[in-house]
Amino acid sequence: MTATSERAVGQPLRRIEGPDKVTGAARYAAEYQVGDDLAYGWVAQSPVAGGTLTGVTVDPLVEADDVLAVLWHGNAPRLAEGDDPELAVLQSDRISYRGQALALVVARTLEAARAAAASLQLSIDPSPADTVLSFARDDLYTPEKVNPDFPSETSTGDVSAAFDAAPVRVDVTYSTPALHNSPMEPHATTALWEGDELVLYDSNQHPPGVAATLATLFELPPERVHVITEHVGGGFGSKGTARPNAVLAAMAARVTGRPVRLALPRQALFSMVGHRTPTIQQLRLGATPDGKLTAIDHLAVAHTSRLFEFAEQTAVTTRHLYEAPAVRTGHRLARLDMPTPRWMRAPGEAPGMVGLECAMDELAIALSLDPIELRVRNASSSLLTDCLRHGADRFGWHDRDPRPRQRRDGDWWIGTGVASATYPAMVQPSTARARRLSTGDYEVSIAAADLGTGARTVLTQIAADALDVPHDRVRVRIGDSTLPFASVAGGSSGTASWGWAVTGACRALRDSGGSDEATFDSSDLVEQLNQEGKHAYGAHFAEVRVDAVTGEVRVTRLYGLYAAGRILNPRTARSQFIGGMTMGMGMALHEEGVLDPNVGTWVNHDLAEYHVPTHADIESITAEWLDDAGEGQNPMGSKGIGEIGIVGSPAAIVNAVWHATGVRVRDLPVRLDKLLPHL
Amino acid sequence: MDLVVNGDRHTLEMDPRTTLLDALREHLGLTGAKKGCDHGQCGACTVLLEGRRVNSCLILAVTLDGASVTTVEGLAHPVQEKFLEHDGFQCGYCTPGQICSSVGMLDEALSDDDPPELSDAEIRERMSGNLCRCGAYPNIVRAIREVAAR
Ligand code: FES
Ligand code: FES
Repeated sequence: MTATSERAVGQPLRRIEGPDKVTGAARYAAEYQVGDDLAYGWVAQSPVAGGTLTGVTVDPLVEADDVLAVLWHGNAPRLAEGDDPELAVLQSDRISYRGQALALVVARTLEAARAAAASLQLSIDPSPADTVLSFARDDLYTPEKVNPDFPSETSTGDVSAAFDAAPVRVDVTYSTPALHNSPMEPHATTALWEGDELVLYDSNQHPPGVAATLATLFELPPERVHVITEHVGGGFGSKGTARPNAVLAAMAARVTGRPVRLALPRQALFSMVGHRTPTIQQLRLGATPDGKLTAIDHLAVAHTSRLFEFAEQTAVTTRHLYEAPAVRTGHRLARLDMPTPRWMRAPGEAPGMVGLECAMDELAIALSLDPIELRVRNASSSLLTDCLRHGADRFGWHDRDPRPRQRRDGDWWIGTGVASATYPAMVQPSTARARRLSTGDYEVSIAAADLGTGARTVLTQIAADALDVPHDRVRVRIGDSTLPFASVAGGSSGTASWGWAVTGACRALRDSGGSDEATFDSSDLVEQLNQEGKHAYGAHFAEVRVDAVTGEVRVTRLYGLYAAGRILNPRTARSQFIGGMTMGMGMALHEEGVLDPNVGTWVNHDLAEYHVPTHADIESITAEWLDDAGEGQNPMGSKGIGEIGIVGSPAAIVNAVWHATGVRVRDLPVRLDKLLPHL
Repeated sequence: MDLVVNGDRHTLEMDPRTTLLDALREHLGLTGAKKGCDHGQCGACTVLLEGRRVNSCLILAVTLDGASVTTVEGLAHPVQEKFLEHDGFQCGYCTPGQICSSVGMLDEALSDDDPPELSDAEIRERMSGNLCRCGAYPNIVRAIREVAAR
């Protein structure tokens, strides 16, 4: 290959769509002008967690001139069966969770739709709701698999015997609350029928997947559903598949014969689009006096819904992060009258590493051993060791007094904490097409979604290098289901998967000897790949101060060092890392769905009461990386970076709070009322 | 009613329940201002009303007859370039609100009789009504700080 230009990969290229985003020109799903007869949908949600909907009464005087339709299971069009029961909206009288869509009002104006939906009388036969997860429930069961396809239980060696025999032991229970993805753009769809083609402007992480799902439900040939997803205002897992808004908007557009816009109100996101399950985790660690692990036992309990089994893979990381002769992991589920939990940034790893990495901290204390040293002595990967050791140097760990409650500055107790991080490096099959345009520029197409990751930009860099041209001669088209198939923007696998297909198509075009177009499908190559045991690693370090009078916790410094393959664009990569770490801070200190057990709902279902980190919470967040380009299993040498920032960062903060105050909080988030009695 | 938006006068006839945010987005096709919560809790809908930053989802449009509004579409401010340079966003959904808010905030500080020093901590405090779930906060603060320093 002759290099005709400076390599684009590795350059801190600015976001291609950046100018559109800072001027307001970028359009999101609810922002398309689709004709003068646009109608608006508003959902009436269930006020109870279980029961039967026996009727819907419409007050004929409310918004009479503007209401176009009121749909419920008594009159809604029938949908074909799909694989997600939560998408069978308005199809049955059964109520499975509070917040479920029971009726949809379609009106000429947004104001009329909302008022009419509020005035509907829902006749409901309620049934008692069972909504509280606990370890003591007698109906916990072992799921067959945990997300996405891991065995539920694993065991090597005799864990009970090894634990009993261990000279140093830790036996603790950690819990994490329900968490809510809360992307800034609420889930939204603008739907219209053009003849018998369904067009959806939809906010999601997987345009071809949403198109296929809608085609199934509405019994259309796949090519008659067109999903356009130009910009997405964040998803964090909650937009990985079609959500009820897409189905309801399509249904309403069919019934009324008009384009229909349906943007879920913020409050509805807390129940209708998924959440992270609460977890309760029992950790038992045994070690020799010199800090070699002899037993690791991790049992995780989570909830799922009546409608659908989602089994969070909470203990899966524990299977590989550290080495021990006896390791046992398991998962139990309670089926509750609750909304279905789903993916939220690093499902499994994020909550599971709270349990494991806080328990490791407790073990280090029991051993009187430095927590980094304990991890290094048991790490299964030298990349993890590198991140811990170099991270310690860069963070300034070495003169740390291991005893808690030693540093005081005025009213503030100060402490530091550490935790490991890891996330699987995954690749999925995708297809891309490259074309030489008459202008001499190139067009590269793939049906990927850019949720803010910078996909459009990094694919441009990848394509430019594969074509041997400067990046400004490449136009990347994404965000449209009619383009060549792309895998989901999830599991931190987007860039690796799409970039492989893009590389293949561009190289094929470059080497074709003059043809104008080439397509490349990575399926065969990806299938041959052994993806097991391939991970990105990292280490998180936190310095906190805790107000001795009020219990307020401030994170003075949060530092992450990663070994995550080749970093393709340092500017956008850094943003992804610090974004994950910021959400990790939220998980440690702020975020918590507070359950009202009587009605089965999170009472703090809005952005005033579900606290996500704000400007004022962030002091110093830094992400750096080591070069481990040889490790990435794809033509770019990359690994996923979207999720690892939230893995371990919460534990580093919880461990730092212990170091500052001597108070060990095992029930997240670390709220000041949990600290105050002990300060 | 009349509304002057980004210098252009518009005559609007709307449901009296229409918020300024919905008037901009649904009636004028100005979708730069975003709806993140519709309850004054996120700042995504921030616009400048007579030069002051406001949450446009909390104001009924009919109360603003004759008023002048600036949205992100009507701005040409150095902070926008700084957002690009420092990657002050990922998904971009909070961005118009962050930008309008920072323009309003810089103006508030400048026109204060006793102008505050816009330290990072001061900027963070003054920008805390604008949530960013993507966590671009340090980059946003860097962008604003560089403009403030001029
Ligand atoms: S949409 Fe107005 S503050 Fe959130
Ligand atoms: S850039 Fe996505 S919410 Fe701020």
